[in-house]
Amino acid sequence: MTIMIFLFAATVVALLAIGVVGRLAAGPTVPDRAVALDTMNTFVISLMMVFAAVYDSVVMVDIAIVYAALSFVGTMFFARFIEGEV
Amino acid sequence: MFIIVGILILIGLAFNLLGAISLYRFPDVYTRLHGATKCTTFGTLFTMFAVVAYALGRLVMTGEARFGVLIIHSAIAAFVLLITNATGAHALARAAHRSGILPARAVVDRLEEYDEIRAKREGAQA
Repeated sequence: MTIMIFLFAATVVALLAIGVVGRLAAGPTVPDRAVALDTMNTFVISLMMVFAAVYDSVVMVDIAIVYAALSFVGTMFFARFIEGEV
Repeated sequence: MFIIVGILILIGLAFNLLGAISLYRFPDVYTRLHGATKCTTFGTLFTMFAVVAYALGRLVMTGEARFGVLIIHSAIAAFVLLITNATGAHALARAAHRSGILPARAVVDRLEEYDEIRAKREGAQA
């Protein structure tokens, strides 16, 4: 029964991650797109945490940690690129 | 366990939804960054709390060690997420200001003036 809550949460978060694509495509400036990509990465981390509970696998949480670190590196690289230092 | 996990998941989903809406309803990049980062960080944190509550309930019921491992790794993930999201948002806002983007309906840029004054003062000292 609790699994159904997590499946519902996974569906909603996946739809939100897809819904952010609109800002990613239509953002007027480059930082807008970077913000949309950052938000999407956070939604994917949330989705991985929910799937870890659904499938009872700790590996999903480890992947979520590595994904968070890699998305941080990507965001910092985008920031440096927008600043014009790369 | 059902009720606690349901409440935590509902809080997390509500804040994630607000973060996604704020990307579309705010006028410029700074307010979008503010709404999206804060709301999605808080919502994802509560999703992690729901997973921790679920694993704690299963740990008490079954006594298997892998649910304890799930709790510890979820805490590490929450820690990493709290640090990286705040730092990334700060770096993006700084980059947006340095590339010359002003907030919507802005008429003055006090931060730019302050930077010029400070650069002049440091130049005089050197």
